[in-house]
Amino acid sequence: MININEVIETNKMISEMNLDVRTITIGISLLDCVGSTLSEVKENIYAKITTVAKDLVKTGKDIEKEFGIPIVNKRISITPIALVAGNVCKTSDDFVELAKVLDKAAKQVGVNFLGGYSALVSKGMTKADELLIRSIPKAMAETDFVCSSVNVGSTKTGINMDAVKLIGEMIKETAELTKDNDCLGCGKFVVFCNAPDDNPFMAGAFHGVTETDSVINVGVSGPGVVKRAIELVHGENFEVLCETIKKTAFKITRVGQLVAKEASKRLGIPFGIIDLSLAPTPAVGDSVGEILEEIGLEYTGAPGTTAALAMLNDQVKKGGVMASSYVGGLSGAFIPVSEDQRMIDAVNAGALTLEKLEAMTCVCSVGLDMIAIPGKTKAATIAGLIADEMALGMINQKTTAVRIIPAIGKDVGDQVEFGGLLGYAPVMPVNEFSCDDFINRGGRIPAPIHSFKN
Amino acid sequence: MDKTVITVVGKDNVGIIAKVCTYLANNHVNILDISQTITGGFFNMMMVVDSSEATKDITIFSEELKQIGEELGVVIQAQNEKIFNVMHRI
Repeated sequence: MININEVIETNKMISEMNLDVRTITIGISLLDCVGSTLSEVKENIYAKITTVAKDLVKTGKDIEKEFGIPIVNKRISITPIALVAGNVCKTSDDFVELAKVLDKAAKQVGVNFLGGYSALVSKGMTKADELLIRSIPKAMAETDFVCSSVNVGSTKTGINMDAVKLIGEMIKETAELTKDNDCLGCGKFVVFCNAPDDNPFMAGAFHGVTETDSVINVGVSGPGVVKRAIELVHGENFEVLCETIKKTAFKITRVGQLVAKEASKRLGIPFGIIDLSLAPTPAVGDSVGEILEEIGLEYTGAPGTTAALAMLNDQVKKGGVMASSYVGGLSGAFIPVSEDQRMIDAVNAGALTLEKLEAMTCVCSVGLDMIAIPGKTKAATIAGLIADEMALGMINQKTTAVRIIPAIGKDVGDQVEFGGLLGYAPVMPVNEFSCDDFINRGGRIPAPIHSFKN
Repeated sequence: MDKTVITVVGKDNVGIIAKVCTYLANNHVNILDISQTITGGFFNMMMVVDSSEATKDITIFSEELKQIGEELGVVIQAQNEKIFNVMHRI
């Protein structure tokens, strides 16, 4: 039987170290919502989402009460909209109409984000893909909970530079359209290279076409728990440090697995994957930056940061893999600047630069995430930043992403405030030398040599 | 059988266990095990109970126990035992 010290340990993780289940996400296939007119598709989509996800929030709350573990977010991911509505959306505004329907459905079921306003264009764009991408600024400005993503490259296909260029422009436009809200629209849009088949993590979430009709995915968190655990082995060697991180990741992930199984059973929807992640929030004591500091860095960004992050990620995955029968998504540590108080502090101290963040993305889950840059940054420069990040993903056969916010009307030294889980971010300097001619070439960067494995 | 773990954390006081046990008895909850310890000056008590015959759902009695805790100046939580088992047992 379980003993009192184990019970105390678990409850302290929850009450003092911010252990929580970050999200329960239902993935919903909308492939059966296709129709011959836009209004038909709108009706089908609304009906399907509000039927499949109707009990999600209540079930989440019940599990939360029964097990005494907070489940912070309940969310939905859907089949990329460009695939579902490509035949009925003849203009970008048609797609915006659909975004509004998605927003309404999200509000109806009470989730706080719905991801999948997406297109997969790693090799080329269909007409519908392009219309959807062009609709992103307006869709992000006119909805509250809809998240959008575009996959523009992969190791197998190379990088679609036409799409990269277009997205640079769209990010700028999204920022302009949402400038009264500190350019929040850009916080809901992610551009990917090597997007996984199915991704339950916002803002880049979408329900993969290789998935079943609906599926329950869970994202676990717990940077605070890892930080507290490694404080207890302060100054010990790497072997001891790594063992400690692994054991802690195991414990955190087991809770996620339990919640996923329970949610799956109660909702009658199959369990998909656990996303093993250290996802920070702006709360003190819930920061990946703090872990890196405890590992031995004065600030995130100091020399050694990339190595420390690589080690941390690897141990989180090793510990977590054993704890769950199915692991997927992006997994590892997330480094969204605005959502992590110690990352923000590191930027303000001058320790953490955009270039160092880029290096860190070579060894972690996502990419340049929630970074505010000066509003005057040109669309081509944004496209250049995206292209660099996509190249890292393509060559290293890993997922990379960019979620960047040009802060309109602001410059280095200012900050943007998103509120809630998205936090706030200091505006970071961007290398201002031009890459216009590179971006304007157009076409596609071919797949790298190591893609020819078959 | 789903077991429930009830924990009481706070400053030690007269009658805490009595009050909790009375509540459990009134709701047909059977106590299987009780242990307690003092850590960092705080009173920690844990009960493992069988709530399969309980007259109320676990979500309701965890709410009511929480209220009793507030009256006594301690924190009382009722949680399904599975969360501890998955974390501490392979």
